[in-house]
Amino acid sequence: MHEASAAASILRIALEEASRRGATRVTRLRVVAGEATGYMEESLAFFLGVLSKGGAAEGAALELSCVKTRLRCRSCGAEFDRRGSSFACPSCGGPGELTGAGDEFYLDSIEIEGGSEWASTSS
Amino acid sequence: MGIDIVVKRAIYEENDARAKAIHESLSARGVFTVNVLGGPGAGKTSLISALARRIRASGDQLAVIEGDLASDIDTRALRELGIDAYQIETGGDCHLNAAMIEAVLPRLRVEDGSWLFIENIGNLVCPAEFVIGEDLKLVVVGVSEGGDKPYKYPFIFNKSAACVLTKVDLKAAMGFDEAFFQAGLAAASPQAALLPLNGRTGEGADRILEWLRSARERLRA
Repeated sequence: MHEASAAASILRIALEEASRRGATRVTRLRVVAGEATGYMEESLAFFLGVLSKGGAAEGAALELSCVKTRLRCRSCGAEFDRRGSSFACPSCGGPGELTGAGDEFYLDSIEIEGGSEWASTSS
Repeated sequence: MGIDIVVKRAIYEENDARAKAIHESLSARGVFTVNVLGGPGAGKTSLISALARRIRASGDQLAVIEGDLASDIDTRALRELGIDAYQIETGGDCHLNAAMIEAVLPRLRVEDGSWLFIENIGNLVCPAEFVIGEDLKLVVVGVSEGGDKPYKYPFIFNKSAACVLTKVDLKAAMGFDEAFFQAGLAAASPQAALLPLNGRTGEGADRILEWLRSARERLRA
């Protein structure tokens, strides 16, 4: 997989968002990754650690939320999470098809420090 | 105290934007671009060669970009057939990205109204995640790889408009379970056309080209 280039992109976006708000540090990176994308948390965290050294996001914690691959049954219409390598519907045994849930990959939110102009909006 | 900032930005947004610009500039010139995906040895280069012969025989022009980790074996094979091919060696990167295509396009002669085939790195995982300016993705699977590929790599099938099943002359010898394969393909990619090819005889290539021509018309409509 290509966790190194993913980590570089995450840092680029996070630092851009942080600097627009005058933040001095990025302390948390919350990433949403669908199961189908196959990203490994340990590997992503490793490259984030390496690539963030010396910058405002150094030491930022990674929180990776994994979205399960979601299928819809073509026979009964039930939605279900994919289990193992099967596409079959657990209710009726019919054929499931991919719904698109499970292939996302985005930076959901970050936690910053020192961004005073936004401090009033935080709870 | 830390402040939470909602971001919600695609991690590959920069690649997506570059790919969009490439696609816009190519399609404005009437170029139809196909991103050819598949594992190593699936028959991607053979498919492109078979299509290239037919495309040229019909009077159309085409160019090929070959992506490989290293080596230019495929590019030399295509050039021997008189096909204008350009090699990208990624030096270990597991997929092509839009920046690589952006960099080679000025060095490649792509005629207005022509076809551009981009053969991606042999890999059923990473190339699925990166758009590179294509009109559509075509995934190539050989019967020798087994019928379980859509179950193991549903994402790449889901992103592809069609699946070319190669080496169909080996079905019996390989004990290929076609019903199992088709059910998996239908689940992973209900919209994908299944197009068989015998690369040795070229049987099936006419139908694949016909399918591509109609896909081109559909996308341009």
